[in-house]
Amino acid sequence: MDKERLDREVIAMRVAKELPDGACVNLGIGIPTLVSSYVPEGMTVLYHSESGVLNCGPLADEGEEDIDLINAGGQFLKMVPGMSFFSSADAFAMIRGGHIDVTVLGALQVSEVGDLANWMLPERGVGNIGGAMDLAMGAGRVIVAMEHTDRNDRPKIVKECSYPPTARGCVSLMVTDIAVIEVTVEGLVLKEVAPGWTAEDVQGLTEARLVLSPDLKEIEL
Amino acid sequence: MKNKVYETFAEAVSDIPDGSTIMFPGFGPAGIPRNLIAALVQQGARNLTGISNNHGRVGNQMDVGRLIEAGQMKKMVCAFTAATHPSQVLAFEKMNEAGEIEAELVPQGTLAERIRAAGAGIGAFYTPTGVGTELAQGKEHRAINGREYVLEYPLHADYAFIRAYRADTFGNLQYRLSQRNFNPIMAQAATITIVEVENDIVAPGSIDPDCVHSPGIFVDRIVRIPPDGIWETPV
Repeated sequence: MDKERLDREVIAMRVAKELPDGACVNLGIGIPTLVSSYVPEGMTVLYHSESGVLNCGPLADEGEEDIDLINAGGQFLKMVPGMSFFSSADAFAMIRGGHIDVTVLGALQVSEVGDLANWMLPERGVGNIGGAMDLAMGAGRVIVAMEHTDRNDRPKIVKECSYPPTARGCVSLMVTDIAVIEVTVEGLVLKEVAPGWTAEDVQGLTEARLVLSPDLKEIEL
Repeated sequence: MKNKVYETFAEAVSDIPDGSTIMFPGFGPAGIPRNLIAALVQQGARNLTGISNNHGRVGNQMDVGRLIEAGQMKKMVCAFTAATHPSQVLAFEKMNEAGEIEAELVPQGTLAERIRAAGAGIGAFYTPTGVGTELAQGKEHRAINGREYVLEYPLHADYAFIRAYRADTFGNLQYRLSQRNFNPIMAQAATITIVEVENDIVAPGSIDPDCVHSPGIFVDRIVRIPPDGIWETPV
């Protein structure tokens, strides 16, 4: 079988399986945003946005955009039943006060102890923290959804982050285009691999050492 | 009672001196006090410090980016200092690199809480956000119940520019949808709070008291946006 990498939609699909019914969830920008499309029907997930909206639903239809109704990415939302609006202080009390069950974030790097770096490329000298540091520290569970290697094919799962960290030891689970890896006290546990990929293949693209799960299996969607 | 209603934006911002610290709410396109910003560009005050979620956006919209481009800002305190897309390089980034404008980068939740703390008379607070990062360097740390926290101080301003949906002559404000964002906390954290309002300024009692988001005690000046407000950005 060909060793194909999973596309962004499939990564999002796998992440969606991690969301429990009734969870309050904050989705970061990029692959994480796609996750909401794959939550099974019949399940209720309340999406939180730093823009001061709870129960974000679908995006507004063209021509129906309202400049006052946006998500954290600045996209226009549709009004849906059960929505609520609040100030930035309340939006972040939800995050910092531990009221958000799961956040899904993108990453530049994740270290072997679950340190997250996702806000700044050192070569630029400027960065966008936004709500990332608050989410990484405050959410009940931090799931990283990302490509396994960067655009120069360098591993993004590293021994120690060389990029400036967003938060230390915060990541619980990584879903990449070739693997699902859990951060545990014993180290990074390789739990699932993409179809056609072996544990050795994944380790070859990972700087940090991986511990093989006794239940290692192919990614199930 | 002192009259809070001003006829023009120019009048409402006329006394803002050089060197002032000003709060600019807004999240994406929502809740930005565009008319007050436009008036301040015309008024021309310089060496200003801005407190804002970001430093303005690409394109032609009226936001704090205009004040930056006009060279009126000496410092920005915000949660974003880069463009939202890596391929873009905004005026702010170039000026920051050239040493023409100073930047203090603050996590968005810490920014909100520092503003809230200023409005509520809090001396300082401990938060875990930022611990273990370069933003916590040089700041006081403290372990509380086994968790590490960093000390953060309130952010006050001389002026806050506010955008509201409705207002009465007492200064009671109501916001609409996600327009609210930083508006209510910034209204509380400034010495002088100036509001641009989208609808006619109504008599007290016309806004349901249960729907007042910012009580008038926090509001000093209110200006009605003209129905043909030229600084409205269409979606």
